[in-house]
Amino acid sequence: MDSKQLYQEVILDHNKKPRNWGKLADASHKAEGLNPLCGDHIWLSLKLDDKRVENIAFEGEGCAICKASSSMMTTNVKGKTVAEAEQMVREFRDMATGKLDIGNLPNHLGRLTVFAGVRDLPSRVKCAILPWHTLQAALHSESVVSTEGDQDPVAAAS
Amino acid sequence: MTSANTVLQAIKPAGALDVGRIRADFPILNVEVNGKPLVYLDNAASSQMPKQVIDRLVRYQTSEHANIHRAVHALSEKATAEYEGARRKIRRFINAKEEREVIYTRGTTDSVNLVMQGYGRAFLGAGDEIIVSQLEHHSNIVPWQMLCEEKGARLRVIPCNDAGELLLDDYARLFNANTRFVAITHVSNALGTINPVKDMVATAHRHGVPVLVDGAQAVPHMKVDVQDLDCDFYAFSGHKMCGPTGIGILYGKAQLLEKMKPFEGGGDMILSVTFEKTTYNAIPHKFEAGTPPIAAAIGLGAAVDYLESVGLDRIAAHEHDLLTYATEAFTQLKGVRIVGTAGNKAAVVSFTLQGVHPHDVGTILNEDGVAVRTGHHCAQPVMQRFGIPATARASFYLYNTFAEVDVLIAGIRRVQKIFG
Repeated sequence: MDSKQLYQEVILDHNKKPRNWGKLADASHKAEGLNPLCGDHIWLSLKLDDKRVENIAFEGEGCAICKASSSMMTTNVKGKTVAEAEQMVREFRDMATGKLDIGNLPNHLGRLTVFAGVRDLPSRVKCAILPWHTLQAALHSESVVSTEGDQDPVAAAS
Repeated sequence: MTSANTVLQAIKPAGALDVGRIRADFPILNVEVNGKPLVYLDNAASSQMPKQVIDRLVRYQTSEHANIHRAVHALSEKATAEYEGARRKIRRFINAKEEREVIYTRGTTDSVNLVMQGYGRAFLGAGDEIIVSQLEHHSNIVPWQMLCEEKGARLRVIPCNDAGELLLDDYARLFNANTRFVAITHVSNALGTINPVKDMVATAHRHGVPVLVDGAQAVPHMKVDVQDLDCDFYAFSGHKMCGPTGIGILYGKAQLLEKMKPFEGGGDMILSVTFEKTTYNAIPHKFEAGTPPIAAAIGLGAAVDYLESVGLDRIAAHEHDLLTYATEAFTQLKGVRIVGTAGNKAAVVSFTLQGVHPHDVGTILNEDGVAVRTGHHCAQPVMQRFGIPATARASFYLYNTFAEVDVLIAGIRRVQKIFG
């Protein structure tokens, strides 16, 4: 793969102008995600209302893949039910680790499939997965998650 | 001198490195990455191996291998002679006074841990102080922190300025009646700063304090004379100096090594064993328990031969030219910050691009076949000092060319274009 496949316009745009940036004053759920190997670090806040993601925001620092993945995640899960959001977490993780063939299997990822290319870049998979891993933690009200050690989402997925 | 050499002398400046001929020694430089010729600029992490060393490993494994220091049969005698012969080469290479001051380890990290376990745990106690620098690799911080935690000792840190140079007046002021040990790097892996370790050793010795120098980034690139430095311990790795992984060296002054406790127990490190009492072997064997990586040690000896045949002074001069050329080229680029601008610097360019995370830089450069390291370089305190999470780092060695610097610079321009 080359950078045109991974660093597509939509990813570069979300990196430059992240959507839903900031913290929710009235958050019902929060989590912090950390990728200690490269310094990606995000804070996620959610407002759940009757099992639905009414609002979501993130802020932090990280590479383009992590920031764009975070930004596009927020736009995609806003308004979804918790069950729908969790299904997207699973599908995104499976796509990034190469277990979900997005070309042939039905999924709910839509434009998020622009991240499919990371499956060929093992060192970057965690950058893309971090926000989704953090979302999963926020939905279950764990406060801090890491991409390393016991919580390694890539290891857990394999 | 052969006629080929005479011709080369005629067309090249006297004593300069013939990089074309050097490159022919390294088979891996023919590899293509993403359809592009490999431009290997990650030498501070690990260097490549010339065919002279590869061939030596194959010859050992095909015709000389047996366990060492054990049997009277021919192969064991041969393997022992080659293993100890490599130690002699390494002694001469770093100018240690005696062969028994040269201990084989698994690498620099293992060497530092050996000193922490064998010297630190035996001679440091509650309230004692250990001085390290802001520029240390984690491997020269964490073992000392572990010791501090165990003993109730305290870590003191030599600060650095914005260029990445250690502040020597602050260093001198850190010494007090409780200072027991100094552990400093010769060359910073993250920034390339060459520290004035000879002066720093002299300062410590005026206070009667022994010094360990982490030479992992120095020995491959410059002539190191441990007696001239007068350091008490000096640690380095084989795989950063054209040798194999899994082998490294700890040099230590004999009188210190002799009073240290063994790090690991087992075979080869003993003279006699009964269930009542074990008598330890003499140095260096006291610290070499179990069957060592014999092939790797012999390979390291071959790497020393190779570097000496090229000449450390010529390697250093070539790398200095590459650094000057690269630094000039980086300076022409807009939105690039070189992190680490010491006056005395090894051929390392650590940099950040405005608005682009180093990992994105690394991924895109990889498509051009360019291998750089991105991240914190196992030196998070350095990153914290400069207020950044990570850098991209190009680190050069004897086989790198000016044309490769051009490929790197073109790659950085492409990154900037993509991130516009």
